[in-house]
Amino acid sequence: MAVKRLHLMVCAGTGCVSNKSMEVKAALETEIEKHGLAAEVDVIPTGCNGFCGVGPILLVQPDGIFYQQLRPRDIPHLVEEHLLKGRPVQRHLYTPPGEKGTIPLMSDIPFFHAQVLIALRNRGMIDPEKIEDYIAREGYQAAAKALTTMSPQEVLDVVKASGLRGRGGGGFPTGIKWESTKRAPSENGTRWVICNADEGDPGAFMDRSIIEGDPHSVLEGMIIGAYAIGATRGFIYVRQEYPLALKRFMIALNQARESGLLGEDILGTGFSFDIEVHRGAGAFVCGESTALMASLEGNVGEPRAKYIHTVERGLWNMPSCLNNVETWANVPPIILHGAEWFTQLGTGDVSENPWGGSKGTKVFSLAGKINNTGLVEVPMGITLREIVFDIGGGIANGKRLKSVQTGGPSGGCLPEELLDLEVDFDTLTAAGSMMGSGGMLVMDEDDCMVDFARFYIDFLMAESCGKCTPCREGLRNMNMILQRICDGKGQEGDIELLEEISACMIDAALCALGTSAPNPVLSTIKYFREEYEEHIREGKCRAGVCKALITYKVDADKCSGCTLCARACPVNAITGETKKLHVIDPNVCDRCGACYDACTFDAIIRV
Amino acid sequence: MPVEVSEAQVHEIVERWQRSESFVIEMLQDVQHEARHLPRSALEQISREVGVPMTRLYHLATFFKAFSLEPRGEHMVQVCVGSACHVKGAPRLVHACERHLGIKSGETTADGKFSLEPVRCLGCCGLAAVLTIDDELHGHVTSANVERLLKRFQKQEKKAEVT
Repeated sequence: MAVKRLHLMVCAGTGCVSNKSMEVKAALETEIEKHGLAAEVDVIPTGCNGFCGVGPILLVQPDGIFYQQLRPRDIPHLVEEHLLKGRPVQRHLYTPPGEKGTIPLMSDIPFFHAQVLIALRNRGMIDPEKIEDYIAREGYQAAAKALTTMSPQEVLDVVKASGLRGRGGGGFPTGIKWESTKRAPSENGTRWVICNADEGDPGAFMDRSIIEGDPHSVLEGMIIGAYAIGATRGFIYVRQEYPLALKRFMIALNQARESGLLGEDILGTGFSFDIEVHRGAGAFVCGESTALMASLEGNVGEPRAKYIHTVERGLWNMPSCLNNVETWANVPPIILHGAEWFTQLGTGDVSENPWGGSKGTKVFSLAGKINNTGLVEVPMGITLREIVFDIGGGIANGKRLKSVQTGGPSGGCLPEELLDLEVDFDTLTAAGSMMGSGGMLVMDEDDCMVDFARFYIDFLMAESCGKCTPCREGLRNMNMILQRICDGKGQEGDIELLEEISACMIDAALCALGTSAPNPVLSTIKYFREEYEEHIREGKCRAGVCKALITYKVDADKCSGCTLCARACPVNAITGETKKLHVIDPNVCDRCGACYDACTFDAIIRV
Repeated sequence: MPVEVSEAQVHEIVERWQRSESFVIEMLQDVQHEARHLPRSALEQISREVGVPMTRLYHLATFFKAFSLEPRGEHMVQVCVGSACHVKGAPRLVHACERHLGIKSGETTADGKFSLEPVRCLGCCGLAAVLTIDDELHGHVTSANVERLLKRFQKQEKKAEVT
């Protein structure tokens, strides 16, 4: 194979594809052909780079030059300048928000600079549809090492010593789970390993990114886990909302089978293992282990009480070890580089107690009112401030940070005062939130905390399977109370009532969906109680979100008379002539917010 | 576009999944994909061929959001109402789509062309707010620019029909 001078890595993650990165790729190929560069330059589609906010992304390797927000029509100039004349095109390089100078190298960009990649080790570096690319980056070396030089017990001991904890939300020590599955009695020796790829937390997309960008890392982790546990069959349960992830899994599975890495007698070691893929059908609760297993059996995804754990009796009543995508992807590097290497990163001490700390890294999805949205992998123990301000580039549009929400619907909203919190499984739980699957949503002064709590309770009410009363009825009642507070009809005692219902759900709900569901409410009451009180006592929503409590107005100083708002208004509540001040008639306005979104001068205000 | 699925097609789907009980959800997905809903006749056939009771199939069909007992529109407009999109104006976006399509969330237009559905997170939070029209994802959508997006799609659709 001829060695190419340059590799143009085009991001083919879902985000960049929606921003037409495939058209950029096609344009690159056309231009390269045109200039006769095909022999020396390769165009490679890669998985998600994580910096979705600035897509489509092009990385020129080996130089490491990072281009952003490319359009197909930018490509002829870029190929001519960069590929022919060797001059990076300034205007497509990254410029930090609020600054003028560009940063040409990916490694120098603050967003990437502070990251440590273990689960995302191959991001942007390989073509996810080529097993050769994965193998060239140490892929399947860990599986080979485990299967040929280590006993299953030795593999298990390394994972235990690494202190790896489940990345799906609970933070249960992976080694302990593996050991319990291995030790659980099974009449015919059958054991399963399962990959939970039903990433349902709104605001979290690391699993999708790992599968789409590096599917083999998950398969390799599962092969190693199956070997350690003694499982012969594996299952992947993937959301149907992720069609690309499903496709990448299927390609990877076939390649692994063809290469003798799955199936009978893997690598000639006598160990046999294969994986089948199931599609979810759109139910948040199926991310819960017992519900997921019920769904795998072809039943409705309702959880069951866990007097007997799934590691003992799970799928078809057999010992089953379920880990999520990110957890499985962490396994190969741990086996390859050892437990000590992994424990250098992170917090606490896991040598005696597996719950004694959080080791390694965690992938967070940064979203919301932040400058740099996307996926970041950082060492455990990093502070929220570093994530939000150093990596995330601070709050967008010069607004003030109000809250950082972690852990999705099961997590909570943390206030600005807690920005110096060192993030790990235990500190987040202690603060009333949780790690969850790693969603991190940044909110500013324009976000109402009561509305946000209502939003999550709405979501959970719709997703509750309805099997147990505390969750089904508790959520319905919390929703009713929160809705009336948002409508300005809150009553004295509502806050206390919410707390009371929460306590009951935490004690009595059947599965983690119900026991963690009060977190968004309790954390917002704990840290933003004054907003609840303002809604109830003064009928005021300081963020200007709750429809019943606000009026839309035009800021006379800012209005340029462009007429955009009047044209956007569906009920014709806005009057005004071109280049003159516009006025909103509060009696006609239905507060839909169309004018607010349409105005480009920030002249629509909510009071 | 038909909203039917033939007996032969259902049979093929059942065979594709080895008549296995643990794959009935997959079978329902394939039927849903073909017919844009789960016709009673198809459910009865699956029940017969796989040997699972109708009650269970109805339980599945009404539990999972991917399934529908009524035909869905030819094109699905799915607006993400996940948390990241919520703070970037998803509620206003949903209203704008409702206004433009003239239907409420969860409904299908009278001509059977469009269904509007708010969905939980689509996992593209870096591009919030997002919506998909069929399989195509659009990022950074607001109530102000969604009308143009939908109009453009409807226009293309009409053109495709003529040719």
